Amino acid sequence: MSFSEVTLFLLDGFKISLIIFAVTLIFGIPLGLPIAFCSMSRFKLVKNVSKVIVWIVRGIPLMLQIFIIYYVPGLLFEFPLFSNIDKYMYINYGIADSGRIIAVLIAFTINYACYFSEIYRGGIESIPKGQYEAGYVLGLTKSQIFKKIILKQVIKRIVPPLSNEIITLIKDTALANCIMVCEIIKQAKELAATKALVWPLFYTGVFYLLFVGLLTIILGKLERKLDYFRS
Amino acid sequence: MSVLEVKNIKKSFGKLEVLKGISFSLEKGEVLTIIGSSGSGKTTLLRCLNFLEFAEEGTIMVNGTEIYNGEDKKTLKDEEIRQKRLHFGLVFQSFNLFPQYNVLENVTLAPTLLKMGTTEEITQRALKLIERVGLTEKLNSYPCELSGGQQQRVAIARALALEPDILCFDEPTSALDPELTGEVLKVIKGLKSKDSTMIIVTHEMEFAKNVSDKIIFMADGVIEEMGTPKEVFENPKSTKTRNFFSKSMEEI
Repeated sequence: MSFSEVTLFLLDGFKISLIIFAVTLIFGIPLGLPIAFCSMSRFKLVKNVSKVIVWIVRGIPLMLQIFIIYYVPGLLFEFPLFSNIDKYMYINYGIADSGRIIAVLIAFTINYACYFSEIYRGGIESIPKGQYEAGYVLGLTKSQIFKKIILKQVIKRIVPPLSNEIITLIKDTALANCIMVCEIIKQAKELAATKALVWPLFYTGVFYLLFVGLLTIILGKLERKLDYFRS
Repeated sequence: MSVLEVKNIKKSFGKLEVLKGISFSLEKGEVLTIIGSSGSGKTTLLRCLNFLEFAEEGTIMVNGTEIYNGEDKKTLKDEEIRQKRLHFGLVFQSFNLFPQYNVLENVTLAPTLLKMGTTEEITQRALKLIERVGLTEKLNSYPCELSGGQQQRVAIARALALEPDILCFDEPTSALDPELTGEVLKVIKGLKSKDSTMIIVTHEMEFAKNVSDKIIFMADGVIEEMGTPKEVFENPKSTKTRNFFSKSMEEI
């Protein structure tokens, strides 16, 4: 296989990695916010339930969570939901792996939403009480205070830790290969097994590096955009 | 009719009784200064007036209408509290400007959100207020680009933008060095007029003497002494007041 053939083959896998990356962010970033609010709730029950969920999700390896999501419907309810989706989509539309990818997306979204929620909570709790009080004495409502005063200061504070998680996420997508999703490393292993080519496995690093480079530039720009004020 | 009448305000934090029954009244256009040592309850009193804390007992009347009664503490709704707060303005010790907004936006934010006029009207009023505190050249600066004194002047303009019946200052110069203290006090003094009523908590004795119509000396949650600056400074009746003055005038 030529270099460009290998590149294209790996690129097919990297597309899957990017889909996992993008979907996790699209759902995980907003989902983290209600979890953060629950963790800060005045109602003890809500707060504790939320904290236990975050503890479990952050306390178990993501790989194990992928197995749980993928296998549990079949093991507990004798209804292998995700492999059924796989079969259905393959037979009717010729699309492979779709059930597995959905299982991975669910596991990733829940996992990352919990991490994001803790970043949000830290950001929100770090805003001085005086900012809220200034809003109150100006006769603003709680939601006006949050949207117009607090939110932007929180965003400024959470961009650096969020960037860190986002960069970790693209590399975590490699875990999807534990249930045979054809992301880039799975593709490279495929080449090693069928064509006895080992170098593509190491070559995958370049894809990650380039993408992380791009992310660093974009996230750095976002950080600088919020540089005009200090809080 | 008094613009403000406070009767028997009591407030505790857990077992600690911070205000043990505070009563006073204020006429329109008067400046009231509250002095006293730290922990005497001055700040808590201001916070009760601004509904950042809720007194357990006592009443607050503004322009003859009762706006707060210790008994309604539990039944007050957010929306009612919000309306009542608008009678008062508060300037904080630590300024609490909104860092992501420039000077003009800090002043126009609340009137805009409260729909107190068209954008044009609100901006014009804000520009006048900013001129009054002497910061017209700093319109587009962000709080982090201003000195403490300038920040506090913006905070004063921001509070004035809502045209409160009574403007409160909570140790407005305590976070400032002596040089900057002067510029802020000058601005506050300049606000004194027949229709602006102010309550100022301060440690600046000279300023209190010069600017006030009425002075309250607080100690341990009660009003120890109340009167005109002349009465309080030159002829204090209580020993606590005398001790406080002799300590504050003491040369080190």
